[in-house]
Amino acid sequence: MHSSLSLSFSSSTAIPRSGHSSELSCAAPPSPLNLRFCGLRREALGFSSPKRNDSCRVIVSSRGRSKKVSASVSDNGSAPKAFDYDLVIIGAGVGGHGAALHAVEKGLKTAIIEGDVVGGTCVNRGCVPSKALLAVSGRMRELQSEHHLKALGLQVSAAGYDRQGVADHANNLASKIRNNLTNSMKALGVDILTGVGTILGPQKVKYGKVGFSENVITAKNIIIATGSVPFVPKGIEVDGKTVITSDHALKLESVPDWIAIVGSGYIGLEFSDVYTALGSEVTFIEALDQLMPGFDPEIGKLAQRVLINPRKIDYHTGVFASKITPAKDGKPVRIELIDAKTKEPKDALEVDAALIATGRAPFTNGLGLENISVVTQRGFIPVDERMRVIDADGNLVPHLYCIGDANGKMMLAHAASAQGISVVEQVTGKDHVLNHLSIPAACFTHPEISMVGLTEPQAREKAEKEGFEVSVAKTSFKANTKALAENEGEGLAKLIYRPDNGEILGVHIFGLHAADLIHEASNAIALGTRIQDIKFAVHAHPTLSEVLDELFKSAKVHAHVPSPVGEPVTV
Amino acid sequence: MASPLLSRVSISNATAGNTISFSSSVSNGLLWRRSIAFPDKSRRKVSTVQAKIREIFMPALSSTMTEGKIVSWIKSEGDVLSKGESVVVVESDKADMDVETFYDGILAAIVVGDGEVAPVGAPIGLLAETEEEIAEAKAKASKSGSSAPPPPPAPAAASASPAAPAVAPPKSAASAPVPDGPKKIVATPFAKKLAKQHKVDIGSVVGTGPFGRITPADVEAAAGISPSKSTGVNVVSPVAAAPAPVAAAAPKAAASPAPPPIPGSTVVPFTTMQAAVSKNMVESLSVPTFRVGYPVLTDKLDALYEKVKPKGVTMTALLAKAAAMALAQHPVVNASCKDGKSFTYNSSINIAVAVAINGGLITPVLQDADKLDLYLLSQKWKELVEKARAKQLQPHEYNSGTFTLSNLGMFGVDRFDAILPPGQGAIMAVGASKPTVVTDKDGFFSVKSKMLVNVTADHRIIYGADLAAFLQTFAKIVENPESLTL
Repeated sequence: MHSSLSLSFSSSTAIPRSGHSSELSCAAPPSPLNLRFCGLRREALGFSSPKRNDSCRVIVSSRGRSKKVSASVSDNGSAPKAFDYDLVIIGAGVGGHGAALHAVEKGLKTAIIEGDVVGGTCVNRGCVPSKALLAVSGRMRELQSEHHLKALGLQVSAAGYDRQGVADHANNLASKIRNNLTNSMKALGVDILTGVGTILGPQKVKYGKVGFSENVITAKNIIIATGSVPFVPKGIEVDGKTVITSDHALKLESVPDWIAIVGSGYIGLEFSDVYTALGSEVTFIEALDQLMPGFDPEIGKLAQRVLINPRKIDYHTGVFASKITPAKDGKPVRIELIDAKTKEPKDALEVDAALIATGRAPFTNGLGLENISVVTQRGFIPVDERMRVIDADGNLVPHLYCIGDANGKMMLAHAASAQGISVVEQVTGKDHVLNHLSIPAACFTHPEISMVGLTEPQAREKAEKEGFEVSVAKTSFKANTKALAENEGEGLAKLIYRPDNGEILGVHIFGLHAADLIHEASNAIALGTRIQDIKFAVHAHPTLSEVLDELFKSAKVHAHVPSPVGEPVTV
Repeated sequence: MASPLLSRVSISNATAGNTISFSSSVSNGLLWRRSIAFPDKSRRKVSTVQAKIREIFMPALSSTMTEGKIVSWIKSEGDVLSKGESVVVVESDKADMDVETFYDGILAAIVVGDGEVAPVGAPIGLLAETEEEIAEAKAKASKSGSSAPPPPPAPAAASASPAAPAVAPPKSAASAPVPDGPKKIVATPFAKKLAKQHKVDIGSVVGTGPFGRITPADVEAAAGISPSKSTGVNVVSPVAAAPAPVAAAAPKAAASPAPPPIPGSTVVPFTTMQAAVSKNMVESLSVPTFRVGYPVLTDKLDALYEKVKPKGVTMTALLAKAAAMALAQHPVVNASCKDGKSFTYNSSINIAVAVAINGGLITPVLQDADKLDLYLLSQKWKELVEKARAKQLQPHEYNSGTFTLSNLGMFGVDRFDAILPPGQGAIMAVGASKPTVVTDKDGFFSVKSKMLVNVTADHRIIYGADLAAFLQTFAKIVENPESLTL
């Protein structure tokens, strides 16, 4: 299943953050991409009033399924059938967790099946532990930057670190978040069922550990949220010691002197930040002609200038790693490079370690998709814009949804969670379509990169097709008081918008705390707020948020556009 | 050593020049890509036009910009450029901008390297029209001494390569497991960067790292520079995952090659200005200088000073004016030697005067001191000192001097020896004027005020007789100071 993905580069299709296909008419196939972001929602404990109400089951089933479902099995209009659960979620990652919490809030009797550990990739092998490592690398970077410290008037003698201590920090963080997640679901009354979940047929799931007796349960609705695993291209032998994936790297069992990172997407970039801060030298191997292919070109250019060029990093672009052999018998890791276009051998590298960060492949093994005649596409489970699963004949499978990495629409933890919430909204009778263009993404390098909506080339393409004008506004962190106070003036915020009506098409930020700054823009896109309105919103001074304030204010929206608020705007 | 050596070095104007205005933003309204439209009005032009070698100047990217930092050169030396292509990224006080070339050509030499700072209008690179001119341009770049970046041992590749094998241990045993095929050079990413930076031919470096690879330390050794401190030291157990004894941390941290500091001493890093002074001091060592002293009687000058003092005239202005008038008669002392092959006669007489300011030293310049009258000169001087105090001197106000004056007389110093600032021909050190018993030619004793001046000059262009004649003229002017007020 995984090998059906033959690309060995990361997040490298023309559309960077894959998907968007529901909103955009573009036919971009969902592509694997490096997800490592997650926003866990409400893992904090203390929800005191789980509104669990069994009687609502009746209400739900009587109203439910009013959607057009052209499937053979439908209980539409039939008498309420007794199900074990209103909702069963297969996979307790961030997506499943988000869906479960929202389902409880909506009064559904919910169960979640987890075959591994609660929290999934994000919490255990992804964004969470990587943030712990990046927190360390950020501090190391500051302490090592004599120039920076001197400018602040600080003097620090040689900074050092204890590898095991750093690794423990990452591990402790993951288990803490995992416990929070588990407890929050338990406290709300979500049944956590252990074992591998398999779909037996419509509304029927079995689960159980290997070698134990299996349980069969029925559910009104089922959500598949099984996530993804690191994608390793053919020819690469992963030994977990010298040739590793992000799963191994996050344990930080060693800090090699020289590590090659295959793929310069989010995962690769973040790890380059960690490794160079801890003293490694890094060589990037990227299949496309330029590094950081998924980013807005201008942001990518600046990011390369700040995150790659001054650091102990070099790179090979336009090449595939056709064969990687782990270190053994006193020989280093050997990487054979071939030209990405001509496939001719180009070069060979010998390094101390190699990290494979070529994206992620959906994990759908053992799900029993054949029982409901669903065929995956390049490993992904096909869904419509409401996350309803589509079978081999192109029909919707009733009561079955798929969210998160497994559907490949947008391989981000918080996107999975948002999709899960959208599904719960639907099954409780409120039609909901998630706007993927309002989902932000971030890369937690130092400084950070964040984005929402379209890149400039995407926006220009769309504008040409639909016949509207596109404008771009930019502000620099160098003009921001707070950034200068921190001596971190390096950075750029970029706004792509329609000057005729003030619609925000995309925002891209590179700079200090960019990942936190993006939400003003993503919220504006989600709520449909126009520039002419948001530019009157007040920002505290002096804050980094003023970068966005400046950005909105510098946009030129043509007058005489009736704004939703009705406030006349002089521009 | 009160040697004003700040000329032509961009000093810490950055602090003052960095006008932080949060209302100013770089929006799309501002031209994102600026071009090198920089009509050079500075004296550097003089040497330019001979061949078709064009200078790429530090552009003014904003109205408040006085100097710019080279973020990175997009092109490398030897790259062929076509008109309109981005060549270099420059950081101003507001933003980073790509700078484009106005001409087709070959980037012959990078004068100001990555991460370095140059004042607006200074040449940062040279563009040759044809390949034949590259060598010429390169020579020019290396000669443009004063403003050039610190040329770290540039020719290291040539000189160090024979030495390197001696340094490197016999590596036959270590490098045994070299794979089959033609032996290729394996260098780590940082080693390659360092080699490029220090212009070391990576092929000539012998690798001592694991599997015979070239490490950053190898390149540094080949370039003859002291190893940079390693970053990110894993204090405990670098590779072994096994629990390492905590004691391992201590010896590793203590292993510092620097001489042990005396207990209780503190290390204070240079400020930008101090770093600039330090750089210029070292640079001055490449110029062969000599000194000539001369006694000057100052009774009449003192009398004149008392008269004009109420009108705001300072002793500095008097001395500057006197020096400028003397220089006008001895243009060779106002000349400079830029390339070791020629005299550069300066068209104007700009007297730089050393000023000590808090923790530093700067040389505001009285331009055209020979042409301005005493009162204007005094007025001008007052303004310059104010600006220096506020760190608001513009580059042309501190780096355009052709002759420097340094006066320690007010401290009672009777004579001292100044260091010649790079790029100038001579500097005058003025001591205190003291009542001294003198005999006249008839043998009569009298008490007169006498001051010792001592001039340091570049002997490549200024010889003993030149200096003596100049000092004679200077003494004559000071001793008959009426002409100063004309």
